[in-house]
Amino acid sequence: MTAATTDLPRAEPAPAVALWRRFARNRAALLGLVLFGAVLVMAATAGLIEPTDPLRRAGDPLTKPFTDWAVPLGTDQLGRDILAQLFHGARISLLVGVLATLLSIAIGVVVGALAGFFGGWVDDVLMRVTEAFQTIPNFVLLLALVAILGSSIEYITLAIAIVSWTAPARMVRAEFLSLRSREFVDAARNLGVSNGALIFREILPNALPPVIVYASVIMALSILLESALAFLGLGDPNHASWGNMIGQGRAVLRTDWYCAVIPGIAIVLTVLSFSLLGEGLNDALNPRQKKQ
Amino acid sequence: MTPGPGGATVRAWPPSGTPDMQLTQVLSYALRRLLQAVPVVILIMVGTFLLLKLAPGDTVDALVGDMGGADAAYIARLRAEYGLDQPVWVQLGRYMAKLIQFDFGWSFVYEQPVAAILWERLGTTLMLMGTSLSLAFSIGVGLGAIAARRAYSLTDNAISTLGLIFYATPSFFLSLMMILLFSVKLGWLPVSGLSDVAAFYTGWDHVLDVALHLIMPTAALSLIYLSFYLRLMRASVLEVADLDFVRTARAKGAGETRLMIHHIMRNALLPVVTLLGLQFSTVLGGSVVVETIFALPGLGQLAYQSVIQRDMNMLMGIIFLCAIIVVIVNFLTDLLYARLDSRIALK
Repeated sequence: MTAATTDLPRAEPAPAVALWRRFARNRAALLGLVLFGAVLVMAATAGLIEPTDPLRRAGDPLTKPFTDWAVPLGTDQLGRDILAQLFHGARISLLVGVLATLLSIAIGVVVGALAGFFGGWVDDVLMRVTEAFQTIPNFVLLLALVAILGSSIEYITLAIAIVSWTAPARMVRAEFLSLRSREFVDAARNLGVSNGALIFREILPNALPPVIVYASVIMALSILLESALAFLGLGDPNHASWGNMIGQGRAVLRTDWYCAVIPGIAIVLTVLSFSLLGEGLNDALNPRQKKQ
Repeated sequence: MTPGPGGATVRAWPPSGTPDMQLTQVLSYALRRLLQAVPVVILIMVGTFLLLKLAPGDTVDALVGDMGGADAAYIARLRAEYGLDQPVWVQLGRYMAKLIQFDFGWSFVYEQPVAAILWERLGTTLMLMGTSLSLAFSIGVGLGAIAARRAYSLTDNAISTLGLIFYATPSFFLSLMMILLFSVKLGWLPVSGLSDVAAFYTGWDHVLDVALHLIMPTAALSLIYLSFYLRLMRASVLEVADLDFVRTARAKGAGETRLMIHHIMRNALLPVVTLLGLQFSTVLGGSVVVETIFALPGLGQLAYQSVIQRDMNMLMGIIFLCAIIVVIVNFLTDLLYARLDSRIALK
């Protein structure tokens, strides 16, 4: 009862709690989190929905949605269960998205850190290479890589990483350029810390936050790139993929549009969830940037 | 001009130089940027050569496959004739010398030089790029400015939400939905191709026919990329509107419209123009999907077909030509940027 009259300041919440509170104030970001959670659940429970093969024949071809409870969302022209493909497709999208993002950020961090830390000719050479990759339209390069490497899921992930590392590389380089002459770096260098330790232990942790926020963008773009490849029929034929479902659905668009629309909505919501999450994370990490 | 602190020259505002001087400064800046592109183009040449070498099979394999087989001695003679028995460095040198002359080799699918096919297809792609990018840029900038001026209002929320949704929509899905609505359900627009082949339109009828065929592809491309400009413009206007010179102008009695157009927009546009150059290669890549769906005979559709038909010479030709187009577009946006931001010419 007397708590209201005490002048003692409340204890500062832990940083993670404070971050969460700032994040949760943003309703759009929460929606992003819910959507992302839904995709995660889909990917996790795909094995329960269809334990053997989502690409097997599950019912009569072109069963409409909500007519047969054995296949709730209907079947495509080959009689494959749309719901099962949707859930297994979530797995592939997330898998490709996460791995391609990690890989592209790893390449970007190494290139950007070396360029920003050493400057001079190292910077010149690495930046020209980065510009060369940015100059070639990324989807055309992706097509060329897939044509050369082949369409298995591993190579598609690798190819997506190869076309998307340039933006994180530029961000890391910019951070390194501004951080490398800071006092704490000089202090560490005077203590005899090696270049490798300076780059990875001193500067990199300070350079990473913007890259982590940007990871949500790369994730969204990777999922879009994978689905576009699969839509064109250049994806891995052994896995269910949303893009491939839409590509197949195109053939029956006039009569059975749901075959293309259902996986399309799944892609839109997934990519949307990453955009919303990324924006929410950005606002929560840089509260001053947002003006209310 | 007066020497500023640190030896840098600072130009007084308004500019004291004659228009001619300004123009030479802008040009020399742009030329410097163009020279920087030379090593990038060389790197891309080396890159396409490496990709060709990595790809299974070479010219002679394709040639022999075309003939239906040949004996080993003949194949060896062909390899020597095409210089494929030379060291890799020599081959790279020859390849680059050819690329500079826009000689991309022979297409065994079309039985024609790659360059001839590329020139045929270039116009369609440039037309699609030109219209969709100008639409995306102008509408994106306009909507972004409106959203920022009414920040956190219902209008802003509506515009920002639409932007987010289009950003999240894959171009092929948006295209299919437009086909479903405008061609299948309503029957207003043609589904594919660049013109109605059976109709033999001439003159203005032909122009109108092509325009009708281009509506959906253009709309699909511009709606997707519009959101990039919209979001950046909104953030940029919000940032500039907070700066001191805007407050000063307002205090001096500038009306809101004048403030927006003369003071805020001009400065807020700078990062968006940069994005226009940076985004161009992405949009060019996006045209692969859209051209394929709408069966437009452009470079994008050709790239897709080359992958399916394993026409590597064609694919590398497309990569190189696209890279050159991107370099030219970046040069043009640099010119525009230098024109908009008079500080840049002196850097």
